[in-house]
Formats: sequence, structure tokens, C-alpha cells
Amino acid sequence: MRIVVASGKGGTGKTTVATSLALSAGDSVRFMDCDVEAPNAALFLNPKLDTRKEVGIQLPVVDESLCTHCGKCAEVCEFHAIAVIGKKILVFPELCHGCGSCMLVCPEKAISERLDVMGVLESGLTATGMEFAQGVMNVGEPMAVPIIRELKKWNFSSLRGVVSPEAIPSSSGRLFRREERPPRNDIIEIRDSPPGASCPVVETMRGADFILLVTEPTPFGLHDLKQVVGIARELGIPAGVVVNRDGIGDNAVEAYCAEAGLPILLRIPMERRFAEAIASGKTLVDAAPEYRPVFQSLLQDISARVAA
Amino acid sequence: MKIAISISGNKLESPFDPRFGRAAAFCLVDSETGEWSAHENPALSASGGAGVQASQFIAKLGAQAVVSGAYGPKAFDTLSPAEIEMYLAPMEETLTAAEVLALFKAGKLNKAAAATHAGHHDGHH
Repeated sequence: MRIVVASGKGGTGKTTVATSLALSAGDSVRFMDCDVEAPNAALFLNPKLDTRKEVGIQLPVVDESLCTHCGKCAEVCEFHAIAVIGKKILVFPELCHGCGSCMLVCPEKAISERLDVMGVLESGLTATGMEFAQGVMNVGEPMAVPIIRELKKWNFSSLRGVVSPEAIPSSSGRLFRREERPPRNDIIEIRDSPPGASCPVVETMRGADFILLVTEPTPFGLHDLKQVVGIARELGIPAGVVVNRDGIGDNAVEAYCAEAGLPILLRIPMERRFAEAIASGKTLVDAAPEYRPVFQSLLQDISARVAA
Repeated sequence: MKIAISISGNKLESPFDPRFGRAAAFCLVDSETGEWSAHENPALSASGGAGVQASQFIAKLGAQAVVSGAYGPKAFDTLSPAEIEMYLAPMEETLTAAEVLALFKAGKLNKAAAATHAGHHDGHH
């Protein structure tokens, strides 16, 4: 089961909810910090980040000795990142999205690819054995989506020193082929989303089973909540709401949720001790253990909604 | 010599459009014969890389020179290797394509020696 914790507005408590949910989810839990511009869940979960991989997009490299300047690559490029003009071919890396179309359409096979490093993936286990991974985008990079896409593909089995899953014999003694691998329904994957309502959030949500929207009962919280609800609906993924800092602001979030048919699954009151704990790097469930069963029942509620 | 002039219309009397990549159209004029034709700019609605696309477009039209009001870095980097000469017409005045052509013929337009402004591309999200 893959759960995305998103919010629209920044600072509503995504990481607070995501980390506490993960810590209440038992043994088979995996945490992905998809806020690659400013990942901070590691500050709370303290994983031992001992595995790293550079990631980015594949940029085209043209072998000019093979190029006939037919222009098919430039025609197919949605972003005008490759141009053919007379007998010259130009590549504009800052426009390229790394889709590989130019390489596919080149009749002369004159285009190969090279990795343009945009950031790193870091991964490791926490003290309680939780699988953790985060993406960290290099300063100055404009695009977060390629890093999030790679993060979602991260092979966690490497963390446990397990050989590639393809080589694990099945009970029948045959080797599993990739498509025959049994679905890991037992793993609960929690993705901490970036704030906002643009492409990185869409990429984080894509493929998820449930979206948990953390908001605060203020006009700002509501405004941005509506935007992410729009994305969840467009993607056809069920969603529910956590109202954080309950008790401040107004009743507009509640009224909107009722009208939009969005279940409010949890309310976390505004309390100074929560803010103090989080400011000192403690998770909500560590600072307030009475919330552990609350998050466990939230998870059961989500499982039931996903199964429905 | 074939000259492409950025315009916002489809006639020689149409107003000059000082934008290059996002010009509404280009008027292609043969400076010797006076023959002309108007071509809608396919880069007008591009999500990015308009300068690159517009440059390739006028190169395909066979232009040897272009007159516009400004050239971004990618337009400059695409037009330069194509050996298409870039001329600048005043951005402030309201000129028609025909008047720009007259200025060009009279040798009153300066060439752009470098991109006239920074790129608009600050990243897709």
C-alpha cells in the first residue's frame, strides 16, 4: 500500500504526520522523502544513510559523423531542446526533459545519451529497521521531477544485503522473473510529498493508493487544500484529510470537506508541547505516545478505504 | 537577399513585432525583387524554447537575415551557426514591416552582436 502525505500549503505538518504514521505502522514500512528540494524527514527518523546513487536525466549526445541533419530529432522534441539548422545540430541541456524521443527517432542511430547529474538518492535503515530513502536535488537545478521519479524506483532490497529479487528462487524452485515477483502488499510505503501543487507533487502522487492531505483550518490551508484535492481527483486516487493545529482559524476547511465529500480522518489540536517537540527533532508519537494508537487506527482506516 | 521581419499581422503594412521567439508572424521579403509572404510563427504557443523553434522556422523559410527587436541567448546561439544575420529595429517606435524594410535597405539598422537579454527559461516545474 502506497500512501502519499501532501498538503499544498507548506508548513501544515506533512512531515509530522508522515513520520508518526510510519512509526506507528509496524515492521514492514518504507519511508520516501520526496521533498527533494528540502528533505527533512531524516532529521526525525535518523536513518543511517549508507547507500548513495547519483541521478538525473539522460541528455542527448550527437555523433556528428553519423548525423545527416534530417531534422527528425528536432521535430519530435516537445521542448525544442535539440535544433537542426542547416548543417548544424545544437543541444540545449537546460530545455531537455530527458525523454529520449530524439534518440528513438534518429534513423542514423547518431544519438546516444549521457547522464546529467541533478541530485542524489540516499538510503538506509533506521534504528528500528525502517527502510528509508530520500532524494536531494543539487542547488541550482530547476527540475525536481526526474529525481522523484528515480526515488520511486529505488531498489530497497540493496539495503538488506539481499541479492536482486530476480535471483530469489520461488517455492517451485524456479527463478522469479520480474513480472512474476509476488506483489509486496505487506509493505506500507509512505511518501512525504513536497509542498505546492505542481509537477513534483503530481509525480509523488502518481501510482499511490491513497493521498492523506494535511491542512490547517485557515484560509491559506483551505486555498491550497483545494488545489491538491483537484490533483488527487484528476489522478483518480482516494483522499482523506488531517486537520492539524485544530482549534485555530475558522470552520471553512470543515465546511469544504463536508461539501466535497472528503473524510476528515484525524484532527491534531494546536498544542505548544507538539511544537516544542518537533522543534527539538522529536516526532509527534515520541513526544506524545498516546498518539501511537491514534495513528494506528488512522492507518487501519486508510487500509479499509483502499480495499473498498 | 531574403529577410525575415517579425510582425504582428499578415501584410507588409502590419506593425513590426519587436519580440523574436514570441512574434505573432514573420514577413519574408526578398530585398531585390520585393516579393513577400507572411508566415505564422509556430513558436508562438511553445511551452519553452520559442527562440530555438522560431530560429529553425525562419532558417527553413530560407531567410539569410532577420530583423526583430530583441534576441534571447538561445535564439542567438541557434541563428549564429546558421549564419543568419540578426538586425535590430527600434522597439519603441511603432513601425510597419514596410518601414522596417526601408530602414534595412538604407543600411540604418544595427546588427546584434550578442543576445540582447537573458533567457526567459528559469526551469519547468
